[in-house]
Amino acid sequence: MSCEQAQRPSSMRQQILVSGVGGQGVLFVSRLLAEAAIGQGSSVLTSEIHGMAQRGGTVVSHLKVGGFAGPLIREGRADGLIVLKEENLGPHARFLAHSGWVVVNSKSTASEAGLGLFAVDAEGLAKKSGYARGTNLVILGFFISKLGDVLGKDRIFCGEDSLRKAIEKRFTNNRSALEESIAAFDLGIRYGKE
Amino acid sequence: MKKHKLMLGNEAIALALVENGCRIATSYPGTPSSEILSSVAAIRRDLDAKMHVQWAINEKVAFEIAYTGSMSGLRSAVSMKQVGLNVASDPLMSAVYTGVKGGFLVISADDPGPHSSQTEQDSRFLGMVAKVPVLAPDSPAHARELVAKGFQLSEAFEIPVMLCPTTRVCHACQDILPGEVFRTDAEADFQKNPSRWAATPVFRNILHKELCEKLSRIAEFLPTTPIWWNPEASGSRAVVASGVAAAHTREILEELGLWEKVPFYQVVQPYPLHASFVSSVLDWYEEVLVLEEPAPVIEMQMLDRRKVRGKASGAVPEAGELLPETIESILLEFTEAAPVMPVKRDPGPPGRRPTLCAGCPHRASFYAIRKAAPNGIYPSDIGCYTLGLNLGAVDTVLCMGAAVGQAAGFRQAYRLSGKEVDIVSTIGDSTFFHAGLPGLIDAVVQGVEFVLVILDNSVTAMTGFQPTPATGKGAGGETTGVVDIEGLVRACGVGFCKVGTPSGFEAFVALVKEALAFSRSNGGPAVVIAKEPCVMSRQNKGRVLSKAAVTKFCSGCRHCIEQFGCPAILFDKESGRALIDEAFCAGCGVCPHVCRLGAIVMEEEKSR
Repeated sequence: MSCEQAQRPSSMRQQILVSGVGGQGVLFVSRLLAEAAIGQGSSVLTSEIHGMAQRGGTVVSHLKVGGFAGPLIREGRADGLIVLKEENLGPHARFLAHSGWVVVNSKSTASEAGLGLFAVDAEGLAKKSGYARGTNLVILGFFISKLGDVLGKDRIFCGEDSLRKAIEKRFTNNRSALEESIAAFDLGIRYGKE
Repeated sequence: MKKHKLMLGNEAIALALVENGCRIATSYPGTPSSEILSSVAAIRRDLDAKMHVQWAINEKVAFEIAYTGSMSGLRSAVSMKQVGLNVASDPLMSAVYTGVKGGFLVISADDPGPHSSQTEQDSRFLGMVAKVPVLAPDSPAHARELVAKGFQLSEAFEIPVMLCPTTRVCHACQDILPGEVFRTDAEADFQKNPSRWAATPVFRNILHKELCEKLSRIAEFLPTTPIWWNPEASGSRAVVASGVAAAHTREILEELGLWEKVPFYQVVQPYPLHASFVSSVLDWYEEVLVLEEPAPVIEMQMLDRRKVRGKASGAVPEAGELLPETIESILLEFTEAAPVMPVKRDPGPPGRRPTLCAGCPHRASFYAIRKAAPNGIYPSDIGCYTLGLNLGAVDTVLCMGAAVGQAAGFRQAYRLSGKEVDIVSTIGDSTFFHAGLPGLIDAVVQGVEFVLVILDNSVTAMTGFQPTPATGKGAGGETTGVVDIEGLVRACGVGFCKVGTPSGFEAFVALVKEALAFSRSNGGPAVVIAKEPCVMSRQNKGRVLSKAAVTKFCSGCRHCIEQFGCPAILFDKESGRALIDEAFCAGCGVCPHVCRLGAIVMEEEKSR
C-alpha cells in the first residue's frame, strides 16, 4: 500500500453555492468565480449538473475554494449562496451556514445586511440598460462590490480585479460580447456601491 | 510556462488521453460522458497530436473501432455513459478474452443519483462480470492520473482497462496543470494470430484461463494499489472508500477531527481488489466500513461478514447518490465519535422541472400528435424529447431505440385482444440511427401498423449538439459522409415516408393523420420525419423572428399554459390573462394554433 500526504487546508477556504434555472448562466457564474480563484493561485473544485436538468430545470453549482477534496458542499456548510432565481432560495437555504450570506436576484426583497441578505433586481437592471442577457454578470458585480464592502474584502476569496480578468479571459475572442459583459458587471458593481 | 487551467473532469480525461499518446478515440454521446470526446477533438487540434477522433453511430460500433485500433498496436480509448456500456457489452465481454496490443481504455461514466439516466447501474459491476480491471477516480485530477496508469496497466497485461468516473468527477471542475504530450511513433501493425483474434471455443477456453491468471497478477499490480492516507491513525475500525465517496470521506474525517483516529484507505482499483490489501485489512481491524457507489463491488470482494459493514450489512444505503451528508452520519455512527443525530432528510421543496425550450420544434410535434391521435398510445425514447412527458405525449421511455420495438409490442398485444388503437411513436434522429433501425426493419417484416415520427433536428441536442450520421460533420468539425434518413427509411421497405415541418402546424397535423390512415389501411408502419433544426443549436441562430403576443380576447382559461407548456407563456395574475415573455419567446409561431379563442397572434416580422 502506498502512503501519501493528505492535502492540508490552505488559509482561505470558501464554499459557495450558485443556484438558478437552466439558461440563466449558473455554470457560467460558477466558472468565472473558479477562474478568479485560480488567477489568485488557489486550488478550486466545482460540481455542476448537465444534461436533462439544464433544459429549464433547477441548476445548481457547488464552488469550493482552497484545499478541499470532495466536490459537494454539505448542508449547513456554505459560506454563501448566489441565487439567480429567487424561487430557489427556499430549496437551497438549507446549505447555508449560520453565519452565511445570500445574494439574491429579486424584484421584491430588500437587502438586510444584519441577516446577511443582499438583494438586487439584476434582471430589471440588466433589461433597463439593454444587457438582457447580462443578468448573471450584474449579480456577479453586485456580489463582489457589496460583500467586499459589508463583510470586508479579506472575507471573500477573490477581488473585483480577478473576476474582471476572468471575464476578459473568457471573451478573449469576442470583443462585442466582452464589452457587453464588462458593462453588465460594472452595472452590478455600481449598484452594489449605492 | 504552463499555467493552471480550470478543467471539467471530462476535459481532464481528454487531456490525459492526448498527453498519453492515445491515437484513436471514439464515443457515442451520453450524459455525463459527452464532453470527453469533444474535448479530445479540441485538445488534439491545439496540441497538434496525430489522432483519429470520431463520434460513432452507437457505443458498440465505437468500441469495435477503438478496440481494433488497439489490436493494431495503437493506444486507443472509447468513452460512453454507463447505459451505453450495455450496448457495447457484447464486444467488451469478448475483447477481455482476446486482449489488447496498444493500451486500450474503456471509459464508462456512471451516474449515481441518477441525474440524467434511466438507471443507477454500476459499470464497475459490469466490469466484474466481464473480468476487466476497473479504475475509479475521485476527482478530475485523479481521473487524469488514472488514464496514464490505465494505459500502463493495459499494456503490461495486454488487457482492456475500464475507467469509471461518476457524474461528480465528469462534471466537476478543477485547477489542472497541463503537461507534456507523449509523442509516439507507434504505427498500425496488425500481427495475424487466428487462435487469438479469431479464437474458436477451444481456444476461448485457453484464453479464459489466461485471463484468470492475468487477473490474479493484476490484484498485485503496485501502481494501482489502495492508498493508505493516514498510517498514523491507530483505531481498530477502518474505513475503505473509493471514487468520489473517498474524496468526501477524506474531507469529512479531517473536519470531524477523526484523521488521527480512523485508519482510512482509498481503493483506486475496485476490481480486482488487491489480494494483500483484503487480507491485511481484515487481519488488522475489528471492523471495516466500505463506502462506494452505486453497487457493493468492493464489499463483495471482502468476504468476512463478521467484520465488513456496507451496503450488504445495511450500514450504507443501497440506492441513490452517496451525498457527503450521508457519509458524515455513517462515519459518526461507525466510529461512535459523537452521538448520532437523526439525519435530516428534508430535500426541501422540489426544484423546477426541466422542460422543452421555448420554440422547440418537438413541442409542436407532440401537440400535433395529440391532436391527430387523441386516444393513442405514445411510446417514446431517450433524448430531449423525453420531456414530451409534460405534454402528455410520451407514455413510455425504456432505453435507446425502444420507441420502435415497443410500438410493435403494443400492436401485437392489442391485435391479439382484437382491440383498435392508434400508436404513434417518437424517436430522435440520433437515437433512430443508434438503435431504432433494427426495430423498424422488424416492424416492416411483421406488418406492424403504427406511425413513427422521427424528430429530426439534425443534431444530438440533449448531450450538447453532437453531429448525427445525417449531419455531415465530424467530431472536430471536419466534413464527413452523410446518410439520409428518408432514403434509409424507404430502403427498409416502409411504404409511407414523408417529411414535414412541425411549426407549419396545421399541415403537420394533417400529415400525421395521413400517416395514421395509411398505416391502418396498408397494414405496416408509416414514417413521418419532423424536420426542423434545434432552436438551441448554432445552425438556427440569426433567423428573422416574430414574437407571439396575447390579445384582449384571452379568457384566462390557461389551456395554452397547461397543454402546451412553453416556458415563454406565463400567466399574468393582474390581468388574468396569458402573457408572452419576450425574452424567452423564440417566435416559432405555433402557440396561435393552440389557443382555442385565437387570442394569441404573431407580431409583425421583425429581426431580433
